[in-house]
Amino acid sequence: MALLQLSEPGQSQAPHQHRLAAGIDLGTTNSLVASVRSGRAETLPDGEGRHLLPSVVRYTASGVVVGADARAAAVDDPLNTIVSVKRMLGRSIDEVGSLGSTLPYRFSRLDSAVPRIRTVAGEQSPVEVSAEILKSLARRAEATLGGPLEGVVITVPAYFDDAQRQATKDAARLAELKVLRLLNEPTAAAVAYGLDSGSDGVHAIYDLGGGTFDISILRLNRGVFEVLSTGGDSALGGDDIDRLLAQWIMQQAGLPDDVDHSMQRRLMRDACAAKEALTGAGETEIDIDLGGGRNWRGSLSRAQFDALIDPLIRKTLVPCRRALRDAGITREEIRDVVLVGGSTRVPRVRELVSEFFGAPALGEINPDRVVAIGAALQADILAGNKPEEEMLLLDVNPLSLGIETMGGLVEKIIPRNTTIPVARAQEFTTFKDGQTAMAVHVLQGERELVSDCRSLARFELRGIPPMVAGAARIRVTFAVDADGLLSVEAREESTGVAASVEVKPSYGLSDDEIGSMLRESMEHAEEDMVARRLREQQVEAERVIEALKAALAEDGEQMLDAAERGGIDAALAKLIAVASSDDHQAIKREIESLEAHCGFYVERRMNANVRKAMSGHSVDEFE
Amino acid sequence: MSITLTEAAARHIRGFMQNRGSGLGIRLGVRTSGCSGMAYVLEFADQQEDGDQVFEDHGVKVLIDAKSLLYLDGTELDYTREGLNEGFKFNNPNVKDACGCGESFNV
Repeated sequence: MALLQLSEPGQSQAPHQHRLAAGIDLGTTNSLVASVRSGRAETLPDGEGRHLLPSVVRYTASGVVVGADARAAAVDDPLNTIVSVKRMLGRSIDEVGSLGSTLPYRFSRLDSAVPRIRTVAGEQSPVEVSAEILKSLARRAEATLGGPLEGVVITVPAYFDDAQRQATKDAARLAELKVLRLLNEPTAAAVAYGLDSGSDGVHAIYDLGGGTFDISILRLNRGVFEVLSTGGDSALGGDDIDRLLAQWIMQQAGLPDDVDHSMQRRLMRDACAAKEALTGAGETEIDIDLGGGRNWRGSLSRAQFDALIDPLIRKTLVPCRRALRDAGITREEIRDVVLVGGSTRVPRVRELVSEFFGAPALGEINPDRVVAIGAALQADILAGNKPEEEMLLLDVNPLSLGIETMGGLVEKIIPRNTTIPVARAQEFTTFKDGQTAMAVHVLQGERELVSDCRSLARFELRGIPPMVAGAARIRVTFAVDADGLLSVEAREESTGVAASVEVKPSYGLSDDEIGSMLRESMEHAEEDMVARRLREQQVEAERVIEALKAALAEDGEQMLDAAERGGIDAALAKLIAVASSDDHQAIKREIESLEAHCGFYVERRMNANVRKAMSGHSVDEFE
Repeated sequence: MSITLTEAAARHIRGFMQNRGSGLGIRLGVRTSGCSGMAYVLEFADQQEDGDQVFEDHGVKVLIDAKSLLYLDGTELDYTREGLNEGFKFNNPNVKDACGCGESFNV
């Protein structure tokens, strides 16, 4: 018969109506799945008792392998084995290229924004690779819980932007999972410690993983979590501790800097083992096989180790200070620090962090699993298994959201670190008399210039009634939902015409959509190029015509005789005739011709202006 | 009339209760629902209701209402593992037949 779990009073499910839910920590290096059973949230191991699923996917001709087996093959089959896919998720190919690390994969160089990795099993996008990891975790959860999952909560870093969140959701959809909620990782960790049921206060979440460091400041206010600020360093983690230690061993053992790769790997492994040993012991022995039957033996005390890594740990305190400043919080207000990530097992990390914040460090829950456990607790509530304990989690948007205004500048509408869900509106107006349409360009980022921010979406509001510039009132509303996804609406207030967009950045498009977009962009490439040239010339022609007409109206009578005026008028008429045509070369020709005809007139005007400016002044004044 | 727990079931219940931090014991019961007529209820119990029968086995209080007891008399509650899944199992001598998965039953 089916196995049953203990429910909360009154929450027993009807048969076949179990609302099974799981929390998933989709990590860069490792991923976990957890669920609440009989009131207890636990990570779920696989058949061999392993809780961590390495976030590694290997594509072979005969199928897909996920986890430890895939990781083991990474060295032999690097092109078909995808590691750290989270770094590429929701990123464009250009952004992936600038990540610094030299990724070994073969990317398809199409005009697509989405990086596509060529493998023996065809091209794979980061969304598809992530979906394989999610599928593997979901299969494990369903086998453990004995039924299909009703929904999942997936954690994402607090700094993930809209594109990255959308890509995470797309990956879940591809894995046929219903996402109950995307939850920020630090918030999940706080939930795991039950800080939500404690008294109001401010908590810091210190997350030092293998390769990244994140700090988040959360405030609990009447049972509601708010993320006040986030910060971190995407290139600082436990691996750096191992590297420092490996360098120390190399110095001690008198090894040259240019040892081969296998020796480096051995050193890193031994350094990692020594680091772990020092968590429990005051001293550890290190024994390095130097090859050729030689060995180096030494011992490392906790004090030596601490001194070695101190500068590294202190580097994490800089983002901590900044996060405090962003949150407008003093250190005294921090009630406790939740430790997340395997590197927080290092006793010196706990000491320094606790000392910096002047608050106790919470580390009793396995720091590798704490995020997944929090996600599982949240999933349990959202699936409806614990309705009496309403818990609403608030998060912040990690980057400012705004729109493009004249001159290529960004007007921020929702500043970063605003708690979400949120809706903000701002009024804009028309720039020209009789303007009937307005383009809205949605951007994300902290910089002032459009070119430095990330473009999320563009749309047009049409049907604005013609009126003088500045008279129209166009209200642009930005709304961010609880998952951190954005929708933007523009509405002309007098007529009520509106246009809106749900931000599904190009990285979140389905494969079919991407495919058709690609085809279109290639089919229309030439048209687009011609249209662009034409528009440039039309705008230029308009500018020249307007300027000349204004000049002629001002002083054409005085400065030009009938013959000269006739020549200019004829050239002007020719330009006006072609300006609205679609022949960009003809427009360009006529602009040049008109400019040639007007050369003497421009010169006369210039001289006249200079005379006017100088008249009434003595020559001495100009020296 | 009696309800018993296996050692494994009692150990897990004690663990779950300790984790939950509150509660009197557990409540067993039956409800009329499901494809074969009846379904088991297995919950934490915070208070004793009128008409509840209380059994204690291996240090765990088991509450059950009089009507449910008719269908559950002689039941042994076990905790077992099947593949990756683990959980509680009702060994109920009164069951005549059950649906394929055993989640609902008939007496």
